[in-house]
Amino acid sequence: MYPASFSYSSPTSLDDALALLAEHGEDAKLLAGGHSLLPLMKLRFAQPRYLVDLRRIANLSGIERSAGELKIGAMSTYAALAASDLVRTLVPMLADAAAQIGDPQVRNRGTIGGSLAHADPAADLPTVMLAADAQMAVVGRRGTRVIPAQAFFVGMLTTSLAPDEVLTEIRIPLADAREGSAYDKCRHPASRFALVGVAASIRLAADGTVLHARIAVGGMGPMAVRVAGAEAALKGHAPTAEVRHAAAALVAAAVDPQEDLQGTVAYKRNLAQVYAERALASAVHRAGG
Amino acid sequence: MAQITVTVNGTTEHHDVEPRTLLVHFLRERLSLTGTHVGCDTSQCGACTVLLDGASVKSCTVLAVQADGASITTIEGIAKDGQYHPLQTAFWEQHGLQCGFCTPGMIMSSIDLLRRNPSPSEAEIRAGLEGNICRCTGYHNIVNAVAAAAEQMRAAATPAHVN
Repeated sequence: MYPASFSYSSPTSLDDALALLAEHGEDAKLLAGGHSLLPLMKLRFAQPRYLVDLRRIANLSGIERSAGELKIGAMSTYAALAASDLVRTLVPMLADAAAQIGDPQVRNRGTIGGSLAHADPAADLPTVMLAADAQMAVVGRRGTRVIPAQAFFVGMLTTSLAPDEVLTEIRIPLADAREGSAYDKCRHPASRFALVGVAASIRLAADGTVLHARIAVGGMGPMAVRVAGAEAALKGHAPTAEVRHAAAALVAAAVDPQEDLQGTVAYKRNLAQVYAERALASAVHRAGG
Repeated sequence: MAQITVTVNGTTEHHDVEPRTLLVHFLRERLSLTGTHVGCDTSQCGACTVLLDGASVKSCTVLAVQADGASITTIEGIAKDGQYHPLQTAFWEQHGLQCGFCTPGMIMSSIDLLRRNPSPSEAEIRAGLEGNICRCTGYHNIVNAVAAAAEQMRAAATPAHVN
């Protein structure tokens, strides 16, 4: 399968990329690892007339710790995230998720920025970004702006990124010592996308009760979402199995799955319950609870 | 048309390609390297796996223009001086193939797997080959072949990384 014809550039600076986006407008698409865009183009679901490849632009990949946050270049591959000691130590749920995306070859090409900008409802990283309270650094011709994850994802395959902007960096606020996070998913047996994926980040107080929780769920609706009710159910309580079970039930109640070949609505809600409990148990364990 | 320069199995190639040309078609049709197979053509089956700067990729989901400046290794490039790569020998000796269609991709993925982890457990071999589908063998002898090659390569201290 060949994509429809298009013109191609691989600019060496962000300014040149922005100029190409401005020149070609809605006809242009940015190319990162291509593992969301190229399959769509081969099926002719997407037929951009101009591809702007970001691969030659310096400083768009790399993972570094700085001043209370982890900075991840948008062109960092899933394999790089999964292999990073910084990610494993500081944002373990991101390492959990990155290691479970697709397969090794996909992880060698697919990028965090590409996945987030594509915003597939069954992708793993949007869910993690919500639970991590990540900030998206976005560059356009008018300058740089920073978009919180909750404002970045606005609908199925839709973000608040403007067509003439480039997502350059993901900034994740760092956990303190008594914070733990985890991501767990039920993988579609063929596509490896998430039938359900749950990310949880838990901060414990000195007395072992939950000081703060962020819980997000993906794969069960048009976009990944935070579940405020489940977060509130944990706050102030010791995160016992009973409390986690009750919070997970609120996750299962909040999702909006559709019946399909993989299962009924009731089956999928049960999956959400089970995977929310697993993610919460791991996050609490990692928080030292 | 776009001009690309790629090093394929150690040979530098300059070609004009349409931007929409997929790397797998460039390898098969322009360079006549037909050992890299097109299976599903939807980035699932892994029959088209090659090494791009040493990392395994599905060449049906990479544009040839994205490989400009890169080094590519295909199944045709891994035997050295008339000697099969240890993985090729192991797939033969362990009966790691039946029809053979998936085998080039399996071997290229295994090279990347052993580069990252020279002593994989059975579970790690199975996880490392998750991106490659075989419809004949049931995988058992493929896993045996990778384990046997790993052992042989460790014994011979053969670098798993081939470029």
